[in-house]
Amino acid sequence: MESIASFHHQRPSWKDFIYQLHFIGVKSQSVVITTGAATGMVLCAQTFLQFHKVKMDTATGAVVSIGMSSELGPVLAALMLTGRVGASMTAELGTMKVTEQIDALRTLAAHPVDTLVMPRFLALLASAPLLTAESVVVGIVSSWWVGVNLLGIDSAYYLVNMTRYTDPPDVLTGLIKSFVFGAIIAVVSCHKGLTCQGGAEGVGKATTEAVVAASISILIVNFFLTLFLSRVFYS
Amino acid sequence: MIEVRDVTKKFGNQTVLQGVSLDIQRGEAVVIIGRSGGGKSILLKHLIGLLQPDSGTIRVDGEDITTMDERSLLRVRRKYGMLFQMAALFDSLTVEENVGFVLRRQGLESETEIRRRIDEALDMVELPGIGHKMPSELSGGMRKRVGLARAIVYRPEIVLYDEPTTGLDPIAADNIDRLIRRVWETLHVTSIAVTHDMKSARTISNRILMLHEGRIYSEGPTSQILESTDPVIYRFVNGISTPQKSE
Repeated sequence: MESIASFHHQRPSWKDFIYQLHFIGVKSQSVVITTGAATGMVLCAQTFLQFHKVKMDTATGAVVSIGMSSELGPVLAALMLTGRVGASMTAELGTMKVTEQIDALRTLAAHPVDTLVMPRFLALLASAPLLTAESVVVGIVSSWWVGVNLLGIDSAYYLVNMTRYTDPPDVLTGLIKSFVFGAIIAVVSCHKGLTCQGGAEGVGKATTEAVVAASISILIVNFFLTLFLSRVFYS
Repeated sequence: MIEVRDVTKKFGNQTVLQGVSLDIQRGEAVVIIGRSGGGKSILLKHLIGLLQPDSGTIRVDGEDITTMDERSLLRVRRKYGMLFQMAALFDSLTVEENVGFVLRRQGLESETEIRRRIDEALDMVELPGIGHKMPSELSGGMRKRVGLARAIVYRPEIVLYDEPTTGLDPIAADNIDRLIRRVWETLHVTSIAVTHDMKSARTISNRILMLHEGRIYSEGPTSQILESTDPVIYRFVNGISTPQKSE
């Protein structure tokens, strides 16, 4: 709530926002690309192995595409961002808290939410959908490569079935989810950091709690978002 | 300027402040002394609204800050500068960015003027030309001086010092004391420090308050307190751990 109130009181610093965008968006690419590629390839192989039994090899691309776009892409990218970005945010803000840097900020008439939370929150909202899209694309391309070159699926059928059964709402569902997941990571991580108590042990505990809380929240929220968005798009 | 009335504060079952009342006038140089863990820093943080009391009032220029929310407190805190015990410099920013943090955030002045005021503040704490350094490259004494520069660069009316000489060697401590005295004399600020360093208290104050068992035990001009024969004050000022046989 304080983050929302912050919009009315203070314009976020562009310099801080760009810095966080670089840290979250640019530097997380290797993690989400690797995750997307690995997931796409293994999903392709598993789907092919099952579909091959019923002679539906060429439907593999469609399953991978829909699965990656609407479920695995956003969830796995968000979990990886929780580990890489969320943990870092909590540790950084927690260390600032226990070394009185947050108090120093408050004595300098700067609200911690305006100064520290908002740039991170906005950068995650902007980065999470882009990183998810990148992860999904890499996953689909990887699955196509595995399917065509290692599993012997015909490339044309693979692509035709994939584009025929993957609808814009599937892609949109993934992007909306990633936007929400980005907000969850930012809010949980910053909250845990700013309410951290004690010294180094407190920072470690807060970081662990942030990663666990954000990960569990993402998995639970994903279920309800799937139900809600399927009603919105397909009813 | 600052009126504290019957302030109490508990942390769990431990009562740290038990009805503290005090007044600080504009332009005074006050030192609050007391034993470690006695609540001096807690009291100091109450004066700037970093902590809120369980009961009691704290008025700054007539405004009760105990009823304000965090955003309202930001306005009041513009009157304050504070030097923290470990300086609390922002470790991701350079010295120059630390000192100029408030000026740039307020965005009221040109970059040239901001740089001039940063240089002026660093000159005042006798650290010219170190603006490009990171806090991790500085010694403890230098960090405190940069913290002082950051606290005074925007010309606050009140400067708070939390154990300004703790952790410093005698020469560095004396250097900080001289700077605190100079800031008080040249910028005409109200200076409030908490310390258990009696040499420092003698140098930087014209009035001393003693916090003992959660209350203001005694107050008076610096020389009067330091020369007091009251057993509690005498033992504290002279560092005597147990009552002497003659008492």
